[in-house]
Amino acid sequence: MLWKKQIPLAITFIMGLVFGIQYFVPHRVSDTLFKNYLNFAIVIGVFGTILAYISFYRAHTMRIRRKAPAWPYSVIAIIVSIVMAIFGFAQGMEAGTVFSNMYFYVLVSIEATMFSLLAFYISSAAYRAFRARSAQATALLVAAIIVMIGRIPLGEGMSFWTLIFPEAPTFPDIANWILNVPNMAAKRAMQLGIGLGMMMLSLKIVLGIERSYMGGGD
Amino acid sequence: MQISTNPWVWLGVFFTFSVLSFLYKDNPFYKLAEHVTVGVSIGYFMVIWWTNTVNPRFIIPVFENGDYYLIIPAIMGLMMVLRIVPKWSWLSRYAICFTVGAGAGMGIPRSMQASVLRQLESTMLHLGFGTTTGINNIVIFIGVLAVLIYFFFSKEHKGVFGGAAKLGIWFLMVGFGATFGYTVMARLSLFIGRVLFILQDFLGIPLAG
Repeated sequence: MLWKKQIPLAITFIMGLVFGIQYFVPHRVSDTLFKNYLNFAIVIGVFGTILAYISFYRAHTMRIRRKAPAWPYSVIAIIVSIVMAIFGFAQGMEAGTVFSNMYFYVLVSIEATMFSLLAFYISSAAYRAFRARSAQATALLVAAIIVMIGRIPLGEGMSFWTLIFPEAPTFPDIANWILNVPNMAAKRAMQLGIGLGMMMLSLKIVLGIERSYMGGGD
Repeated sequence: MQISTNPWVWLGVFFTFSVLSFLYKDNPFYKLAEHVTVGVSIGYFMVIWWTNTVNPRFIIPVFENGDYYLIIPAIMGLMMVLRIVPKWSWLSRYAICFTVGAGAGMGIPRSMQASVLRQLESTMLHLGFGTTTGINNIVIFIGVLAVLIYFFFSKEHKGVFGGAAKLGIWFLMVGFGATFGYTVMARLSLFIGRVLFILQDFLGIPLAG
């Protein structure tokens, strides 16, 4: 219990206390401490990444071994990762290499298409969410439509009222105002809440109240 | 129109359509694209990780510059890897507690500085009805206050307090709508990018702009 729980918790407390105070100490020793910690964190992170790679290969080999549903795709994932790494280490990352082409024509193509796919789903979700059931839902709908119209080149031309009132703000102007004023106010208040929440969570970790990051077991 | 003879472009088009095929339903082509993404990402980050982090931040400092103190975090890192051995998994807690503790300690003053004080400072602007900026600053100030009141649940949302909370909901709704519209347009521009890739790079159709 002492080695498995109390000493790790004591380490968290001491580290939290030291680096909480370090921020307020404008001294050479304090700066050196911070820089050395960053070097330590990077090296620990290196091994953390190794753990991630082990988890990936272990999870997929388990799927293959157990002949889990759709296991052949795990074979593909493993082979592709190894091929990509071999070409990267052998040829380097310069333009025109297999590594760089795999990145631009495979990874970028797939990721960009996956994200663009969300445009379709987000639109169907919008249909359900945006039905103007209440005045507040209508505000959401109107703000979204104005921002969408304001972000397209046609938005300027769609501002028909400027034919009568040339000085009146156009769709892009209104969209920018929505983004920079009411949207900013909402985001800022949320940011304040997030900041306070993060502080409280950090305090709970340092004081040993929050322990879920240690994982299960004894 | 001149169809590309570059096999990489063909591969890009194949995967583009494989992913788009999900619009119909989940199918083997989509699953293939999904697993290829995982594989390529792992391989890609392995090379980047080695080139940008492991080599310059660990191998060279320890074995060439003689910064032997980095062996201490390396040992801690190895303890972290022991997470996969059930009998020794508790040893990983030392490295986790070391980094989480320091991160939490650093997080307290930095969150206060970046997320609380900086945001408050940006809200306390010159308020006035004389200029557009002054009016906008009033709207921002009222909006921040109203949204904060909405998120304050220790007091019942009644009377003036309740009215302010309702105003906060309006600001939040407009904010969510704006964020939604912005996201939709970002996704659509990605889709346009894929269409342009197929039309220009693959089919060789020259488009203006």
